Amino acid sequence: MESFAKNIYKLILKYDIFLKIAINFRSYIYPECKGGYACLAGMAVFMLKWIFAVMLIISAIFGAVEGNMGQVCEAALNSSVEAVDLFLYLLGGMCMWGGLMRVAEKAKLTDILSELFRPFLKHIFKGLDMNGGAFRAICMNITANLLGLGNAATPLGLEAMRRLEQEEHTGDTASRNMIMFVVLNTASITLIPTTAASLRMKFGSAAPMEILPCVLITSACALAAGLISAAALDGMTLGRRKKE
Amino acid sequence: MSDHVIPIFIALIMIAGLVKRVDVFSEFVEGAKESLGSAFGILPALIALMTAIGMFKASGALDVISAAVSPITEFLGFPKECIPLALIRPISGSGALAVFGSILSDVSPDSYAGRVASVIVGSTETTFYTAAVYYGITKIKKTRHTIASSLTADFTGFIMSALTVRLLLH
Repeated sequence: MESFAKNIYKLILKYDIFLKIAINFRSYIYPECKGGYACLAGMAVFMLKWIFAVMLIISAIFGAVEGNMGQVCEAALNSSVEAVDLFLYLLGGMCMWGGLMRVAEKAKLTDILSELFRPFLKHIFKGLDMNGGAFRAICMNITANLLGLGNAATPLGLEAMRRLEQEEHTGDTASRNMIMFVVLNTASITLIPTTAASLRMKFGSAAPMEILPCVLITSACALAAGLISAAALDGMTLGRRKKE
Repeated sequence: MSDHVIPIFIALIMIAGLVKRVDVFSEFVEGAKESLGSAFGILPALIALMTAIGMFKASGALDVISAAVSPITEFLGFPKECIPLALIRPISGSGALAVFGSILSDVSPDSYAGRVASVIVGSTETTFYTAAVYYGITKIKKTRHTIASSLTADFTGFIMSALTVRLLLH
């Protein structure tokens, strides 16, 4: 079982190949990108380009073969209207939470909460100066994420990455703490699933917020899995680099 | 219990704001304005992806894919309606929103698949975008196992969302 898991991880690590392909498309998609892994964004854009085109082409072919052309045509004309409808529905909620969270930010709620997380985060980020700028930015970023403060979390996260780079002298290879931090951010840790709840309400859910306990448990498990695998793979990928 | 969370949360923010002498109304309006800007940023992508998903679904191609993967998803107890959502979630935020909207219009939000989709949207993040933005500011070229670990987290999230909905809501 253990070797099976290891093999799967090796397979995922080969994902690097796709990233390298994406680098080649970087200049095409992201002319201003000078290096680093901004090409990850290039990759997402690259994948979306193909997903988008292939879906539309397959729809036309499939519709013709299956004789569903009427519905496909209707979908082509109607979906954009539905998209705007969906967007308008979400707009109010997004602005409401954006406004509320700005008040929370100005009331220094993020500072207070980030103090509470320090003892916990100390165990995740090892070998980091607890009073340093990087650790402070990490605490603030995680708090902002928890509160759903997307607009505030990203600049704080970028600040944390920049300071990690300075404090750990990383060069061109990501450090253990950097990986931990990015994994923490890619596993969503928002406390209140506002977008999901608003959409549930739009489509007539009897209890839009009933998913809250499930969301919290799922987030916690996903986060734990991400962090444990990041810690476990740390030695493995370092070894791999040394062999090269 | 769930009904209490949001009103109490809002009230607490207001109390904290007043205690810290924040101009709560102007700051609220300012924050809403910021969100308005970023919300309009996602609209074009949402239109593009909802058109693609709408046509794909109407052509019957989605049913064929769902039927093909159903043995695996049945084994994992994962609703087949949520497969497209799991596939697009790590790649595109607006894509996930578009798929989520289309799932909820097909099945009731209070059905098993509707609830699992809601938990997925609430508990996972756009992995590639986030990793890209964060590494983009540094000189890092070798991200080592970042993507592997992030996708592990996403996959755990998908499995757990089905499991928690089954255990807690059904």
